[in-house]
Amino acid sequence: MSLATDQKPAAPATSTVGGAVAYQRLLAFASLVALLIGFSFASSNFMQTSNMMAILQSASVNGVLAVAATLVIITGGIDLSVGTLMTFCAVIAGVILTKMGLPLMVGVIGAIGAGALCGLCSGTFVTKMNIPPFIATLGMMLMLKGLSLIISGTRPIYFNDTPGFDQISRGSIIGDIIPALPVPNGVLILFLVAAAASFVLSRTVLGRYIFALGSNEEAVRLSGVNTDRWKMAIYALAGAICGIAGILIASRLNSAQPALGQGYELEAIAAVVIGGTSLAGGRGTILGTLIGALIMAVLTNGLRVMAVAQEWQTVVTGAIIILAVYADMIRQKK
Amino acid sequence: MLSRRFILGALSAAALVGSTPAMAQDEIYIPLISKGFQHQFWQAVQLGAERAAEEFDVRITFEGPDNETMVDRQMDMLAAALANNPAAIGFAALDSQAAIPLLRQANEAGIPVIAFDSGVDSDIPLSTATTDNVAAAALAADRMAELIGGSGQVAVVAHDQTSRTGIDRRDGFVNRIAEAYPDIEVVTIQYGQGDHLRSTEVATAILIANPDLAGIFGTNEGSAIGVVNAANELGTEGVVIIGYDSGAAQMQAIRDGVMAGAITQNPVGIGYETVRAAVAALNGEELPEIIDTGFYYYDASNIDDPEIAAVLYD
Repeated sequence: MSLATDQKPAAPATSTVGGAVAYQRLLAFASLVALLIGFSFASSNFMQTSNMMAILQSASVNGVLAVAATLVIITGGIDLSVGTLMTFCAVIAGVILTKMGLPLMVGVIGAIGAGALCGLCSGTFVTKMNIPPFIATLGMMLMLKGLSLIISGTRPIYFNDTPGFDQISRGSIIGDIIPALPVPNGVLILFLVAAAASFVLSRTVLGRYIFALGSNEEAVRLSGVNTDRWKMAIYALAGAICGIAGILIASRLNSAQPALGQGYELEAIAAVVIGGTSLAGGRGTILGTLIGALIMAVLTNGLRVMAVAQEWQTVVTGAIIILAVYADMIRQKK
Repeated sequence: MLSRRFILGALSAAALVGSTPAMAQDEIYIPLISKGFQHQFWQAVQLGAERAAEEFDVRITFEGPDNETMVDRQMDMLAAALANNPAAIGFAALDSQAAIPLLRQANEAGIPVIAFDSGVDSDIPLSTATTDNVAAAALAADRMAELIGGSGQVAVVAHDQTSRTGIDRRDGFVNRIAEAYPDIEVVTIQYGQGDHLRSTEVATAILIANPDLAGIFGTNEGSAIGVVNAANELGTEGVVIIGYDSGAAQMQAIRDGVMAGAITQNPVGIGYETVRAAVAALNGEELPEIIDTGFYYYDASNIDDPEIAAVLYD
């Protein structure tokens, strides 16, 4: 793979946007800090270790889903199936571990593999069958929702027979070493997934194509690149990441909840756009998405700790999403 | 440029600070984590909890996820509630197993937990304020049998396949029919997520597919309304509809004669008893394992009786 030709489509995407993205990240980070400070003043119960851990724990699943969604969104596509794919993978883990009684690692690998396979299906619908990503992944979302219910027999599958499974998300390796800092493993996994995805985006050929496809797919195609193959790889990668999210949520709940998942794709997309990734494609960062997911988690938790009426929590969350994207638009125009 | 976002953040933070209720030092705070909040049923539970809060001079909050599948969101709510150093907690579990680590955390912190609506498979909750859904649905089956003359085909529109109430009401009805009424056949059980529109579609399909149907049982407010809508849209007559819970539309359907009757729980009582039990626990009183908040069958003849009217909600 010659780097010279690869750089051609990617160059405009990164050079004009590099500074702007860094700036957006700064803005998003500043908002996160402002929220943390604001809530600390608003409620003395907010800034305590156990509550911070609760926020991180609740950000972990949405964060991992948002990382998956970011990859697809930068290509100019969208993945509406992330939520139910997560559930589907959790159910697959349940079948492998609880119903078949296979070892823990097989369940984890099986769930991630199932995610990659489903992602590959979405990618095939988008590329080979030419179905717009919105429709292809909408169809996938519904199919997976139904399949999760069918495979599980519409009942939650519990992981009581798999010792250690709940520790994947609930346990704390960091807390074992530093008892004052009981960061749940789920959060550690979120950061690992984000670091890996960030590496893929910025340091690999696949990452360069993700940006290139989002900025000008036609140009990439005309320069002789097999865009279909790369796109399928991207959807499959996003699917595998949803598989990780599936393991995380199943571990946290110590059960695969087959009816859960719909609606989670929108929260993941919200985290992505708050983090400054453009829905038009070609622009975005994983760090931004990570901050976006944390903003969402801090906001919902903070409003709850302040005991703001639940109807208003929803209003505020919606308003923050609009403000975040509006601030981004203004900055882009300047 | 940088300041715009900062100002927005600072403003919203300031607004949040300004809106914080002044908290008295010795105030007793009891958060209730429910299974939902926007349905009329949960609003009635909240109303009962607020009544008890006023009576016993405690402060409560009432929260629940957008729908009954969002188990992890409910865990987030429980975690936030624990962060607020509550005196006690009221909890209606969507999945009791998933909640156990957090309930254990509450237990270790010496925070009494009172379960409501559905039980928790754990000995941590000191008591559970709930309806006996199996017995209530069996009563619906008895009334159904009576109204259709002891034989014929019936169908069930249930709200979901996974929640405790969904399973108990479906099984309570179906098992009672199977045990006591050999000439009645349950031809189909369909699920509408308790959503009015989906339940309407499900019920429409059932009515079209089963022209000889004698009766339909809807297992919650949304399911029952769906059945009523379907019967109205198709102009179906002579099918006995029995619902569950109340709400303005269902009560109207009963007054109009479209619906034969419905089971009502006592949601106000569930909320009230939960807070009352929490206060009792704080005072060191012994609590029964189950606080049965009761249920009733109501129809056009008794809908205005004071005893029934007190537990119905619009």
